[in-house]
Amino acid sequence: MRHVELKDGADLDGFRRALRGLVALGVDPDEVAWSGGAAPSLFGAIAETGTGPLPADAPPVSLPRPVGALIETVVCHRDPERYALLHRLVWRALRGERDILDHHADPLVHRLAMLDKAVRRDLHKMHAFLRFNEVRDPDGAERYLAWFEPDNFIVEATAPFFVERFESLVWTILTPVGSLQWDRRSLTFGPAAARPEGLDRDDRFAEGWQRYYESTFNPARVNPTAMRAEMPRKYWANLPEAAAIPAMIRSAPARVQAMVEAEAAAPRHRNPDKAVAAMARQEPATLAELNRIIRAADPLVPGATQAVLGEGREGAAIAIVGEQPGDQEDVEGRPFVGPAGQLLTRALEEAGIERSAAYLTNAVKHFKFVARGKRRLHQSPTAGEVKHYRWWLMKELGFVRPRLVVTLGATAALALTGRSVSVLRERGPMGFGDWSGVVTVHPSYLLRLPAGEGADQAYRDFVADLRQAREMVEGAG
Amino acid sequence: MDDALLDKLEILADAAKYDASCASSGAKRRTGGPDGIGSTTGAGICHAYTPDGRCVSLLKILLTNYCLFDCAYCINRRSSNVRRARFSVEEVVRLTLGFYKRNCIEGLFLSSGIIRSPDYTMEQLMLVARTLRRDHGFAGYIHLKTIPEASPWLIEQAGLWADRLSINLELASDRSLKEFAPEKDGTSIKAVMGQVGERILEAKEEKRRFSPAGQSTQMIVGADASTDLSVLETSDTLYRRYGLRRVYYSAFSPIPEASSALPAKPPPLQRENRLYQADWLLRYYGFTVEEIAAGGESGMLDLGIDPKLAWALKNRERFPVDVNRADREMLLRVPGLGARAVDKIVEARRHTSLRLEDVARLSSGLKRARAFLIAADHHPGGLTDRADLRQRLVAPPKQLSLF
Repeated sequence: MRHVELKDGADLDGFRRALRGLVALGVDPDEVAWSGGAAPSLFGAIAETGTGPLPADAPPVSLPRPVGALIETVVCHRDPERYALLHRLVWRALRGERDILDHHADPLVHRLAMLDKAVRRDLHKMHAFLRFNEVRDPDGAERYLAWFEPDNFIVEATAPFFVERFESLVWTILTPVGSLQWDRRSLTFGPAAARPEGLDRDDRFAEGWQRYYESTFNPARVNPTAMRAEMPRKYWANLPEAAAIPAMIRSAPARVQAMVEAEAAAPRHRNPDKAVAAMARQEPATLAELNRIIRAADPLVPGATQAVLGEGREGAAIAIVGEQPGDQEDVEGRPFVGPAGQLLTRALEEAGIERSAAYLTNAVKHFKFVARGKRRLHQSPTAGEVKHYRWWLMKELGFVRPRLVVTLGATAALALTGRSVSVLRERGPMGFGDWSGVVTVHPSYLLRLPAGEGADQAYRDFVADLRQAREMVEGAG
Repeated sequence: MDDALLDKLEILADAAKYDASCASSGAKRRTGGPDGIGSTTGAGICHAYTPDGRCVSLLKILLTNYCLFDCAYCINRRSSNVRRARFSVEEVVRLTLGFYKRNCIEGLFLSSGIIRSPDYTMEQLMLVARTLRRDHGFAGYIHLKTIPEASPWLIEQAGLWADRLSINLELASDRSLKEFAPEKDGTSIKAVMGQVGERILEAKEEKRRFSPAGQSTQMIVGADASTDLSVLETSDTLYRRYGLRRVYYSAFSPIPEASSALPAKPPPLQRENRLYQADWLLRYYGFTVEEIAAGGESGMLDLGIDPKLAWALKNRERFPVDVNRADREMLLRVPGLGARAVDKIVEARRHTSLRLEDVARLSSGLKRARAFLIAADHHPGGLTDRADLRQRLVAPPKQLSLF
């Protein structure tokens, strides 16, 4: 019989070292007595006889990943037999049963699964039921302290959760099987501790939590069995809110009785007729109100400096809808002030439309881009984004009441029609529901064309579309 | 935290407790890092349980319980004489962070009475979420109640910051809604569910952040004459058409300041429990609403036994089922076998022929299952068809212990 002595608690490193040695020597699990952990092994008295020490530098054992994961949890269990059971599992996994953990009905696998489950539950309950209390440092700095009593050796295993969640705080967790300290930079594992006195003194949030707990309870549904199934009594001592439980349960029947017996009372307050009627009038009543809403809203995709609102007067005969603000528009907060905007201004002039007489806006109100060094490269809005902004655009056009809407490019056409439009093929007059309109290209498309006859022709076509829009308005007027 | 804030907390927690939803699951893994605070783990954590057996996971409060609506089933309706209070946006933020840092909660579940207008109310809710996320780097869970009458753009803005949005349908039929909640409108509630559902799908495709943990709703059971069948039909539609993550059922319970329009007696709480079981059968066990309803009588579920057992007792010709051979779909229909047990059975039987004691290690519901199962060393014989099988499986009712 070989006797392996491990450290108290969850000695994962010690177990790994011992396991490597045992596997290297091919020792049968029946030949090993393990000790360490809370209780001394039954075989603790048996000395190693006729066997030398385990090799210190045995090679790592290659195990199926689920077996490795199971070992990491199960070593945290209090059960003194855990190491022997795990050794047996490894022994079998290395002797032809690599998928041993799929044998759910196997007694050994089932036993280990129960240990694994118990440790996971313990971890989960510690994440759930541990309460921090704020303690004031002499220098007034914010610091938190908790006391918890886990069933198993899980203090180290639980650390990543608390570090991740409370990385920006300074805190200490004390337990009877070890402690943790986090100073916003590094984690220190400490020895077992005793329960500190007067934990929640002077912490008004602790009092607030107790009041909240009592208020969120519905006496008409009292069911202590269900509560105890998930929050057994052993946890109550360290949960400040649990002190109120007996009184809450005792008083519940009387509270319900009182509710049932109370007759429906007539309202003591006058019916707020005016306020109820006013409630329905929440839609923005003017373009200025709408613009206030748009300005205050957040972009769907973070990044834009500001919302770029439409420009021009209400009642303008022609409304021109572009895609979305570009880099320069985003900075200045005005539509069509970049290179494409300048080209648009020139084309409008040639088409006989005064820019200041038209209403200019975009289908999407925020600039979307990817950063490339110092440059911000424009990104087209997605269909979903266009839809999101559509509600505003329609309201906006409703206030402006143009006689005709010109859409520049595919995005604007999508916003007005609700379908994807092939601009080059469908350019020209098109009805947009309440408005008659003209579909044409976006001036930024013209800027991207290589200089030459093709580009000149494209520009002339663009001007022609705008001229047609002007003629349609004049014809209708 | 001063006394005035404590008083408000008491009023506005009491006012919010009739909403059954508590889940803090479904959010992507996320951490606040060295400058923010908090994390979401995906699974959600219940930080306490109250003596009604419900879990406390989120700080569930109303922004205010002043309300212009007059829904008969609601304690906060405008004609109720309940005590009123109102938090400021900053106060809710402070409470959330304070409780979060003490590890009391996973995050915030914020709802509100309708004040001034639906848009104004929705904007206040959105502002709380935005302040928590943007000004405090809060990475915990945020569930916002959506005000269905609010403008679409506001609901969409809320979705930028919240993990989950929910709109309570409250009553299964449009007719009941009209009768009990005059200011509400079933069509517009469903329209908003449709809108939110569409946005969630879209954002997923376009890789934008929008209510990543989906949307849920709640129906009150027992306040109107709706049958379990019609409640489940409504749920089925909500799951299919609007892609809801969860439908919560809340048995109407007596409230202080009750309206005279309400039934005097509450429905048995067991009804709520049976509806949840049926809901599970609908979503994870391959049952249809018709099959579930057929287990009961005239559109109501059997209160004495769970709906799967009820179905099995009425369809005994489909049993017994061989645990070593039956396909997964049929095993899921065996009373007492949960989805996880079935998955383990399917995996384990590849390696060995399962005996009854093996099944006992995989499922805790063997007592109910054995009458419906064949194992390597077990055949129920005539047990499956015995007239008194129901009596044998149902434990005599136990008195609830109040300590």
